[in-house]
Amino acid sequence: MRWLLRKDLLILRRSRLLLALLVLYPVAIALLIGFAISRGPSKPHVAVVDETPPGQTVHLGGREVQVSSYAKGLLAGVTEIPAATRQQAQAAIESGRALAAVVIPADIVARIGSVNGPTGLEVLYNGNAIEQSIVRAQIEAAIAKANVEFSRQIQGAAAGASRELLEGGEHGPLGAPANMIGLNRIPSVLRENIKGLPAGRGRRELERVEAFATFAKQSISETGKVLSTIGQPLKIRTVLLHGRRTPLDTFAVAVAVAISLMFVCVLQAAGGLALEREENALERLLRGLVRARDVIAEKTILAAGCAFAVAFAMLAGISAFVPLEWSRVGQWILALAFGALAFGAVGTAIGALAREVRAATLLAFILTLPLALLALVPEGAVSGALNAVIAVLSFLFPFKAALEALDTAVNGASPALWVSLLHLAVLAAAFSVLAALGLRRAR
Amino acid sequence: MSALLAAEEIGMRFGAITALDDVSLKVDPGEIVAVVGPNGAGKTTLLSIISGLIKPSAGRLVPPVPEVGWAPQQQSLYKALTARENLELFAHLESVPDADAAVERMLEQTGLASRADERAGNLSGGNRQRVNVALALLGEPPLLALDEPTAALDPAQRERLWRFVAELAHGGTAVLFVSHNIGEVQRWATRVVVLDRGHKLFDGPVEELAAGGELEQGLLALLAGWEEAA
Repeated sequence: MRWLLRKDLLILRRSRLLLALLVLYPVAIALLIGFAISRGPSKPHVAVVDETPPGQTVHLGGREVQVSSYAKGLLAGVTEIPAATRQQAQAAIESGRALAAVVIPADIVARIGSVNGPTGLEVLYNGNAIEQSIVRAQIEAAIAKANVEFSRQIQGAAAGASRELLEGGEHGPLGAPANMIGLNRIPSVLRENIKGLPAGRGRRELERVEAFATFAKQSISETGKVLSTIGQPLKIRTVLLHGRRTPLDTFAVAVAVAISLMFVCVLQAAGGLALEREENALERLLRGLVRARDVIAEKTILAAGCAFAVAFAMLAGISAFVPLEWSRVGQWILALAFGALAFGAVGTAIGALAREVRAATLLAFILTLPLALLALVPEGAVSGALNAVIAVLSFLFPFKAALEALDTAVNGASPALWVSLLHLAVLAAAFSVLAALGLRRAR
Repeated sequence: MSALLAAEEIGMRFGAITALDDVSLKVDPGEIVAVVGPNGAGKTTLLSIISGLIKPSAGRLVPPVPEVGWAPQQQSLYKALTARENLELFAHLESVPDADAAVERMLEQTGLASRADERAGNLSGGNRQRVNVALALLGEPPLLALDEPTAALDPAQRERLWRFVAELAHGGTAVLFVSHNIGEVQRWATRVVVLDRGHKLFDGPVEELAAGGELEQGLLALLAGWEEAA
């Protein structure tokens, strides 16, 4: 096997394009992922047409808010392109300077103050489906935020009025009498006065008034709680059942590294074994010079070694942009090594089927890419039967196991790294057996 | 003189197809034996069995694992490696004693010494075939099996290769080769074996089959007679 490995390294060294690719690939991907994750998205350009009269204000919970400054806050998630009229906004969209326009109608203040339902903001879109989706999401998020803010202001105003009714005093609601008695005191005052009254119709009437005042006090006391529920009826409380939460950016790192590991390894192993057949050397080798299992092991080890180096270099490069825990480097190595061996075995199984390098490469690409993408489909995202098929395929192909191992190794996503490693080891053995069967058939 | 190799009652089936049926053959040292016959006769299958590439469905070889240097019809070498590197690799894989000396000797014998450090992919078809034959000869095997050795060569290259093979035979190496080139068979072979549809039709000296001095006529007459009888 030593001489075969030496021969393949010599051939690899002479394939300048492949060698350059193996060196440049991790650098380029690491930089790409690093910049993509460490820099926030650019804000989409949106034209804003404010049709309200200048200086117009909205009265919210005792506060005067300028419509124009409120709109600026609303659209903090986009890059605003000022437009004086709707026509200017449309021109900005048509010329491509803006992806969308938001029109704040002239009657927005009157509509906020009325009871005629929600106030409408008009949004004009342009661009392709993805751009529209991004802008729509930004604007809808801004509107949702504004609605919560309106709700909070209204809730505050209502709570203040309730408090004045309960406590009374000199600063009651607009139009309230001076030194107003609060609902909190009325029941006790009535009870004191009722005590001194003789039995009869007058006393009974006052007792009914006292009962009503007690009920009203209790009811209004509950108003604050009810209003806060109306403001935000549902809140999310997340509970993680086991393991640690993986931040999206470091999970993206694990996905990118797993995909690179898979491609480099599968393509190289498949191409390496197919090359033996393309050069008609396989028959000479298997004529008692080397065993088929040694050829498979050699191709797997070489491909796994190269892919391991590429993937490790990627992780090291990405760690310059995304904080990765270097204290877990031992686990990275284990996950990368087992993943690479499993992918290498897959590559040899593919290589054993193909007679030439180009066919092996194409086959490797066609088989691995969809299987890797299937493994990324979340459980339950598709119907039951399809979900089961995807689960089986993902179990039989090493991508999901490699991704889980890497996620665990890099992010500590699950406490049981060994489960993924065992899975990968079993798959490596199974695909090596398939490769051996393929070679036997090829002879 | 005892036979270098004996193939006894060899049979080979691929599913429902009978590639060889009860074929026996002996090869003595220094002989140049040609295996001829129409396409599908079983020539390459017989050579593959003798070379140890496949195991026969029936019959046996004596010795069971003969020492055979094998040069396939399609050159079996790495085009990204030089002629020398190809020879070094297989010399080490075959555990040839003093591999470096064996490589140098083979480069000299095959006339490749001046092109030894050129990549095989850059060599002419004739030189690649010489590397292919040199790979078969690395372990100095007593029997050389050649499958269509001159198929891709021009007349001058063919002549040079056959002179080299004849020298080997003169030195005691037995040569078993498959060919469609009847002129070459008549000129270089000492014995001819004729196969058709897996059956051995003839095994004897070239002169015996050559009717009126023309081997091709004798071969055609033999095949026609066999066709009629079948």
